Amino acid sequence: MRKITYSQAFVEGLDYCMRKMRNFSLVGNEVMGLGPHRVHLERIWKTYPDRVRFPPTSEAAFSALAAGAAMSGEHVFCHLGAASFSFLSMTSIANEAATAHYASGGKIKVPVVFHMLHGLRIGGGTQHSVSPQAMYWNVPGLQIVLPSCARDAKGLVATAGLSENPTVMFTHDLLIGLEGEVPEKDYEIPFGKADIKRRGKDVTLVATSWMVQVSLEAAKILADEGIDVEVVDPRTLVPFDKKTLIASVAKTGRLVVADETHLSCGVTAEISAIVAEEAFQYLKAPILRVARPDVPTPFSRPLEDFITPTKEKIADAVRRVMRKP
Amino acid sequence: MAAKPGLGKTASLRILERMLVIRRFEESLVEMSGEKLFKSHYHLYIGQEATAAAVVESLRPDDKLTTTHRNHGHVLARGAEPGRAYAEILGRATGLNGGRGGTLHMSDPDRGFLATSSVVGGCIGLALGGAYAQQRRGKGGVSVAFFGDGSLEEGISFESMNIAALWKLPAVFICENNGAGATGSSKGGFPSSLISAPRLAGIAESLAISSKQVDGRDVDAVHAAVSAGVARCRSGKGPVFVECITERWEGSKPMWPELSTGITDVSMAWDAGQVPVKFREWHTHQDPILLFVRKLLRKKLVTREAIVKVDREVRARDATARRFAVSSPMPHGKTALQRVFA
Repeated sequence: MRKITYSQAFVEGLDYCMRKMRNFSLVGNEVMGLGPHRVHLERIWKTYPDRVRFPPTSEAAFSALAAGAAMSGEHVFCHLGAASFSFLSMTSIANEAATAHYASGGKIKVPVVFHMLHGLRIGGGTQHSVSPQAMYWNVPGLQIVLPSCARDAKGLVATAGLSENPTVMFTHDLLIGLEGEVPEKDYEIPFGKADIKRRGKDVTLVATSWMVQVSLEAAKILADEGIDVEVVDPRTLVPFDKKTLIASVAKTGRLVVADETHLSCGVTAEISAIVAEEAFQYLKAPILRVARPDVPTPFSRPLEDFITPTKEKIADAVRRVMRKP
Repeated sequence: MAAKPGLGKTASLRILERMLVIRRFEESLVEMSGEKLFKSHYHLYIGQEATAAAVVESLRPDDKLTTTHRNHGHVLARGAEPGRAYAEILGRATGLNGGRGGTLHMSDPDRGFLATSSVVGGCIGLALGGAYAQQRRGKGGVSVAFFGDGSLEEGISFESMNIAALWKLPAVFICENNGAGATGSSKGGFPSSLISAPRLAGIAESLAISSKQVDGRDVDAVHAAVSAGVARCRSGKGPVFVECITERWEGSKPMWPELSTGITDVSMAWDAGQVPVKFREWHTHQDPILLFVRKLLRKKLVTREAIVKVDREVRARDATARRFAVSSPMPHGKTALQRVFA
C-alpha cells in the first residue's frame, strides 16, 4: 500500500468532508502547523476558496463563530493552533458548544470540530507543549479524538467532520510528518472503537496519539527481552471503548498506561480507574502509569527530557509490572 | 427592504401586544417565584420590552437570534409559547427545553434561536456564527445578538465585532444598555457595567461598524434604527450596532427581583389619577408600555377600548399558559443522563 504522511492523510480526510457536505467549511489556518507540512493544506484552499476562512488571532470569537454556525446548520472544522491557545476558546467550547444540545432539550445540534496541536514537541516550553485532553474529558458533551498514525488520521477526520456532535481533535506535533500506509479510497473510522496496534499476551499497554508510536518502540525493546506487549489505542476518549480495554486486561492481567497529559486527573488516571473498578479481578499486578509530571513544561532540553514519557520509561514500567507477582 | 417611514396601526398594535405579553408574563413570574414554584435566581426584562418587541418586527422567519440570561422578552417577542416558556422556568418536562435550560438558558430553536448563553459575552460570539452561516447560505438572512451593556466588558465582544466587520457578516448587534440608574454591586444590587468608553456605540464605531444610539423605551426609535440596520445587513454591507438605552427598572435594582412598581394598569396611560405617587417618575416617563400607549392614543392610531381589549386577551392567555405550566409534570430524574449527544 502507498505510504503518505499524517498531514497528507489528514488533508485527504478534510477533502472528503468538503466533497461530501456542501455546508462544511474550514475556519482557522495552518491546520498542520507552520512547519514544512503546511503546504498540503494549499490543496484545500485552492479547491474550495469560498469555504476556508483565515480569522484574526481571536480564539474566543472564532471558536464561538464555529459553534454558532454549527448551531445554524453548518459543519465547521475550526483549527485553534497550539492547544494552549484553546484556553482562550474555553468558553466557546466548554460553555457553549458542549452544552447547547443538552440545555436546549435536544433541539440544537452542534456539528463542529475543534482541532489543536498538542504535546511535547522539543523546545515548545510552557505554552506550546500543552496536552489538555484530560481537561476536555472533564467537559461532558464533547467527543475527544486522538489519531496516532496517518491511516487513523484520515478516517477519524472524516468521522469528526461528518458528526452531528461537537468534537475536540488533537494532533501531536511529532505525528505531522510521520509516514504510514493509507488507503487511497475514502473511509470513516467509527468513534468508540479502540484499535489494537500490536497484539501481545503479557502486558496491556494503553496509549493515545504520539504515545502509541513511542509505546510501539518500547514494545520492540521488550520483545527482545521476551516480554510480549499488547498496545491498545483507544483512538477516542469520548466515546471510550471499555470493552476492548477490559478484554485485553482480562487476557494479560497487567496494565501500563502511557500518556502525555499530567499525572493528576490525567488520561492515565481515568483509564486506570476504569480498570480498577471494572476489571480488578483480572489484575496480577498494580497498574502503573507513565505520565507527564505535574509541572509546567520547561524549555531546556535536559529538563524537558526529564518530564517526557519516553520508550525507556515505558519499558521500565512494563518490566516492573512483570516482576510483580 | 428599505427603512419604513413609520409604524402603521397594525404593526403598532402587534408590537404593543408583544410588549404586553412579555410584561404580563414577567409579572406572573414574580408571583410564581413568591409562591416558590421555582427557586432559581432570575432576571427580568421589565422596562426594556420596547426593544425586543420592535426589533423582531424587522425580522424574517429564517433569521437567527441569540440572547442572554435576560432572555424572556426576546424569546416571547419572537412568538414562543408562553406556557412552554413558563414550564421551562419551572423546570417542567413540557418546557421549551424540557427543563434542562431553565430561566438562564431558555431558547426556542424552532423560532431561530441558537443556544442561550448566560456567560454575558457568549451570545455575541454565537450570533457571529449565525451570521457566518447566513452569509454562507446567501439568502439575505441576518443574525441578531441581544445583549446587555455588561457583555461589552468581555473581550469576546470586541473580537466578534472585529470579525463581523472584517468579513462583512450580517450580524445585528443589539446592545440593550439598561445601566442608567443601576445600583451596582458595591451598593448591594446587580452589577452595573464598568466600561471606560463614554458611548458604547463608539466601541463599534471604532471598528467601522455602522452604529446608532437610540432610546430603548421608544418603539418607533428602535424600530427605525433596527429596520434600517437590518436592511443594510441583508444587502451585504456588513454588521450594524444599535445601542438601546433604558433606565434600570426599580424592581431589577435589588439582587432579587421585586414587583416594586406594581401590576401594570394600562389605564395609567390616560388616567394620571391611577398612577401611584411613589413611582410617578417610572409610570410617567420610563415604562415603555405606557409611553407607547400614550403615543398611539396621541396619534389616534388606536382607541383606549382597543388597548384595554388587547390587554384583556393577553391576560387571559397568560392565565391559561400559567395553568398549563403549573399542571405540567416534572421530568424523571434519570433522564438527566440522556441527550448529552445528538
